[in-house]
Amino acid sequence: MRRMFRTAGAGAAVVFAAALALSGCSSNGTPAAKQAAPPTEKMASSVGSGEGQLNLIAWAGYTEDGSNDKSVDWVHPFETQTGCTVHTTYGATSDDMVQLMRTGQYDGVSASGDATLRLIYAGDVAPVNTSLVPNYKTISSFLKNGNWNSVNGQMYGIPHGWGANLLMYTPSTVSPAPTSWSAVFDDASTYKGKVTAYDSPIYIADAALYLKSSDPSLGITDPYSLTAKQLAAAVALLKKQNASVGEYWSDYTKEVQAFESGTSVVGTTWQVIANLINSDAKVKVETVVPKEGVTGWSDTWMISTKSKHPNCMYKWMNYITSASVNAQVAEWFGEAPSQTLACAKTSDPGFCGTYHATDQKYAAGIHYWTTPTKQCVDGKGNNCTAYSDWVNAWQQIRG
Amino acid sequence: MRPGARLALLLSVPLLWLVVMYLGSIAVMLVSAFWTVNDFTGAVEQTFTFDNIRRLVTEPLFATVALRTILVALGVTVIDAVFAIPMALFMSKVASPRLRLGLLVAVTTPLWASYLVKAYAWRTLVAPNGPIAFITGGNTPGYGLAATVITLAYLWLPYMIIPIYAGFDRVSDSLVEASFDLGASAWRTIRSVALPLVFPAIAAGSIFTFSLTLGDYIAVGIVGGKTQLLANVIYGQLVTANNQPFAAALSLIPLAAIVLYLFAMRRTGALEKV
Repeated sequence: MRRMFRTAGAGAAVVFAAALALSGCSSNGTPAAKQAAPPTEKMASSVGSGEGQLNLIAWAGYTEDGSNDKSVDWVHPFETQTGCTVHTTYGATSDDMVQLMRTGQYDGVSASGDATLRLIYAGDVAPVNTSLVPNYKTISSFLKNGNWNSVNGQMYGIPHGWGANLLMYTPSTVSPAPTSWSAVFDDASTYKGKVTAYDSPIYIADAALYLKSSDPSLGITDPYSLTAKQLAAAVALLKKQNASVGEYWSDYTKEVQAFESGTSVVGTTWQVIANLINSDAKVKVETVVPKEGVTGWSDTWMISTKSKHPNCMYKWMNYITSASVNAQVAEWFGEAPSQTLACAKTSDPGFCGTYHATDQKYAAGIHYWTTPTKQCVDGKGNNCTAYSDWVNAWQQIRG
Repeated sequence: MRPGARLALLLSVPLLWLVVMYLGSIAVMLVSAFWTVNDFTGAVEQTFTFDNIRRLVTEPLFATVALRTILVALGVTVIDAVFAIPMALFMSKVASPRLRLGLLVAVTTPLWASYLVKAYAWRTLVAPNGPIAFITGGNTPGYGLAATVITLAYLWLPYMIIPIYAGFDRVSDSLVEASFDLGASAWRTIRSVALPLVFPAIAAGSIFTFSLTLGDYIAVGIVGGKTQLLANVIYGQLVTANNQPFAAALSLIPLAAIVLYLFAMRRTGALEKV
């Protein structure tokens, strides 16, 4: 659940750029083997004039029309340019977005990687003809043909922006400074009752990523492609972690408040949350990219198969990834823009540096959220555990 | 218009609503508990199976969570009754009409505030460095089951006080005076005269607090720390896992709990005099 943020104290992240060099190999890029074929859906071959309306599902902060801050408005210029009136429904979580898309009443969605494949395989979203989106050309190459936004080389959306799930801690309590996820797993008992974790089945991937290096005998290669045995090991680790967890967070305000009140002192976070806490200046927090690497999200604008206003949606996908608009969204929301040209348009010239926007190595170190499916998402077979198994496992962990 | 036609016209809309919308949706839920979901597409498949029920019974997680939820619901109900009975008695039999009005307003005013605002207020109150810790020297329940019970008891208290207040109000003053004239003490009068007469009202209030708690999943997310209740599990299966049939099967647990509770209340005779 991510919301709009002012990215006031974004500087805090710069320090940790170096740590990423250590962060292991990546899971993104072109899949090794053929993925299961999704239902065949029609792809647009041309973009005509707008249909006058556009119904979007978006993360709060992605479609600002000046109602939160008068100076933050990229929806009205779009409406003037294209004649498409935008109606936005905010999705609270990825699951929420999947549910909303299933109604078939929307033209598009800003889906995170833990929703995209579910949408693709359920036939809710159509492949995207990237040649109809001129701004796609200059989008960071490492965001194209990822295993979370494409199937067998066919893109199912236009990348919007991305970020990492970092380890956050309160240095006044947590010392020495952690450099490994073991701070929230094997050594979590040091701060018993003050450890926090993300309340979603997708968090199992963080445990799997840690096990990948801490227990090589399990043979985990990709944290989203887990066999039943590997999933069981991750579940056992998370059950152990549960004893030290004070509370889980899914709403960013809850984590901000938990760190500010000292209820939580160490746990997974997003850079924007750290910025928010440091700008409130009640507590000072640090973020770090642990040596095992990090998971992260990469959001993609996808078009519904039942879209009634496909031309407006194509215009929107091109508009939101144009240099100046993508820069505005990224700065408002606090994430790396997908558009490489956006970096020249940000109001803070150091913004792209802070968020490593064009740093391929940093981006490659991130294991982007993707929906686990029975057919392993890394293409290594079809004996993997599916997302529904992860949900059941997560409920067992919560107890 | 004939009286019969008028009556039919009057009742048709509410009856339609009750039968189609209300009972109909429950029926759909009951039936869908025996359906299954396609692993690959996530679509619901309407083939009859007992798998969901079997899973409900065999996986210990669900029994644990169900038991925890029912205990929380009973705890909330008992706490609310303990607070509400003396409060309602005072309001209806002791307080002056002016004070009574003031108290009625005070009891119902929290209902004007949003549920979330009140839950988040409790989150601040029970925080480790919050006001409760400050006053008691660090003895705050913290986030967890205790905080959940306290918060829910606070949230549903008006639903307990109002019916009991109405119940006490209906106990005629002459009965109380007669009891005193016959030499009964105040305590004896409450126990032997007032309480049996207001018992149906207490039962009515307890049905509110019990059922509202069984279905709650928001307060526990805000003040419950890492605990989860049955409704969280149902929400997880319905929204996160997109497994509507299993969520429907899980919903049979609170449904059964409420039905059993109503039967227990009926056995005490409470429902006949409401």
